[in-house]
Amino acid sequence: MSASSIAHAIVDGILTGGVYALMAAGLTLIFGVMDIINIAQGALVVLGAYMSYVLSAHLGIDLFLGLIITIPAFFVLGVAIEWSFMRRLREQDRVAMSILVTYAVAIIIEGILSVIFGVNVLQLHASYVDSTFHLLGFYLPYIYVFGFVLALVLLAALYYVLYRTHFGRGVRGSLQNRTAAELIGVNVDRVRMVSVGIGVAVTAAGGMVFGATNAFTPSSGYDLISRLLSIVILAGLGSIGGALVAALFMVTLEDVVAVVWSPVWATLVYYASLIVVLSFRPNGLFGTAAVRAQ
Amino acid sequence: MSARAPVRALLVVLGIVILGVFPLVFSNPTTTSIAFFTVVFMVCASAWNMFAGSSGYIALGHAVYFGCGAYALTLLANHLGFAAGWGVFALVPVAGIVAGLIAIPTGLIALRARRHTFVVITIAFMFIFQLAAFNLGFTGGSSGLQPPTPLWSVKTYNDNFYYVIALVLLATVALSWLVRRSRFGLQLLAIRDDEERARGLGVRVGRVKLTAFILSAIPVGMAGGVYAYFLGQIFPQFAFDPLFDLSIALMAFLGGLGTVAGPLLGALVLESLQQYFTVQYGASQAYLIIYGALFLVVVLLLPRGVIPSVEELISRWRSRSGAPEPEPGETGRTGGGVVEAGAR
Repeated sequence: MSASSIAHAIVDGILTGGVYALMAAGLTLIFGVMDIINIAQGALVVLGAYMSYVLSAHLGIDLFLGLIITIPAFFVLGVAIEWSFMRRLREQDRVAMSILVTYAVAIIIEGILSVIFGVNVLQLHASYVDSTFHLLGFYLPYIYVFGFVLALVLLAALYYVLYRTHFGRGVRGSLQNRTAAELIGVNVDRVRMVSVGIGVAVTAAGGMVFGATNAFTPSSGYDLISRLLSIVILAGLGSIGGALVAALFMVTLEDVVAVVWSPVWATLVYYASLIVVLSFRPNGLFGTAAVRAQ
Repeated sequence: MSARAPVRALLVVLGIVILGVFPLVFSNPTTTSIAFFTVVFMVCASAWNMFAGSSGYIALGHAVYFGCGAYALTLLANHLGFAAGWGVFALVPVAGIVAGLIAIPTGLIALRARRHTFVVITIAFMFIFQLAAFNLGFTGGSSGLQPPTPLWSVKTYNDNFYYVIALVLLATVALSWLVRRSRFGLQLLAIRDDEERARGLGVRVGRVKLTAFILSAIPVGMAGGVYAYFLGQIFPQFAFDPLFDLSIALMAFLGGLGTVAGPLLGALVLESLQQYFTVQYGASQAYLIIYGALFLVVVLLLPRGVIPSVEELISRWRSRSGAPEPEPGETGRTGGGVVEAGAR
């Protein structure tokens, strides 16, 4: 273990963490606005990876260019999921039922992907995925940097939409207090539908970067959703800024532990840190006691 | 209830008889092994429901107790030098106790958090245990462990295991029924409906939740032990399986969360269906699509599960045909009545 390998782990963690932040932001946005834990988020990321695979391997479309197709497609998919399943849940046991419904969506996605693509391991390829550059004494594929920049751009866009537009005010209003938002004329149903659309759309981008930096199978979504849930819970559900910090923290921690201690125990530290933090702050790092006062 | 009690008793007796004679009637080894797996899941779904269905805390980490039971039985049988045969079954209750002991610290930590966070902490525990099983020395890592394998003929083999797990099922259902009828069960329901108010009314919330959590872990651990012994091998990814967590929750929801019979019905339908698909279509994952779609249909059309919905239909039909409604004091004791109260 050298200083260089620790530096490598930190750089790697931050670059990967940016992409996790993007996926977690979508998850926490859906939770904040809908009061729904979207278990399908992991499966949607994997679906995004497969769509990028089809576009690049079969149609020869560049991975980043393909996002122009997949992001709007995923937005529509998100709206469709919200319209057909999520809004039909009753208020009183919404969280519990949402876990089940979105889990069902996840296994359907996994089933469809398995039938079409089989259960073999795939990875996305492009010139910038397979070539590396030299930094601080180690080599890094370009995709890590490109993916990080993409995540930053999309997070900035998300920030702009949420904090600088009329629609964003409606979203934040619905996040704080649904009834009050409705009373001052926010169309909460429309806000919810579009929020889920956005929350799912970012998984298309997340899925492309995930697929280019990891090998994946149709069932990769379960490991991923556990990580994403840990991030948003650690951050405090509904806190988008918190998700960013928590994602960078958790992923960097895991990478550093992998170098300093052992790769096999890194994941354990990842989940153990979640439990330790929650033992002291049950609502997460940036969560408040009553996220949704209603 | 006066009119329904004999019907209910008849159904219970019928259920026990079917459970008892099933392998005698359907002696095909494929069928009896499907029956074995189905009963394993009936135990787990019923035990899970005892905690999660009554308290409203959706635990998605009961694979921890399943896996710990599986490893406990295997390790004890191997290290204490148990010969393959009936003797190993004596370790099944021990597997349950080990699972119950592990449920104490994990339950204490997880139950500090409320609903959504609780769900995620239980998932995190599941992954921690899976990782530990992969990486600790005594668990054999990814190559897993092998308990002793009894040299019974295929038919005796399946039947013996089936009857052992059937006994565990009877005990679990009896426990679940007793909890449901008891003051303790009512306290759990009060927690589900309004935890703060229950606390205000003098329910020792933390203690009640933890007790229910431990009680629900024990049968799951026993089932895990029998399961490992039946398969003759145990691997981390099957002992601590995230799909297991979701499957038993799904079974309880399908049948009717918080009812005694609901999880049994849910497990009976879903596990036998899944086993059938696996046998029929082998490694194909197509059953996932059917499984998921069926699940969606049930959750959206019968959000309270099959049993409460059917009970409601029957009572509506009864009141239309002029039969007297069950007395309010007694509905609190039947599955459907309390679910209705909770859903209001």
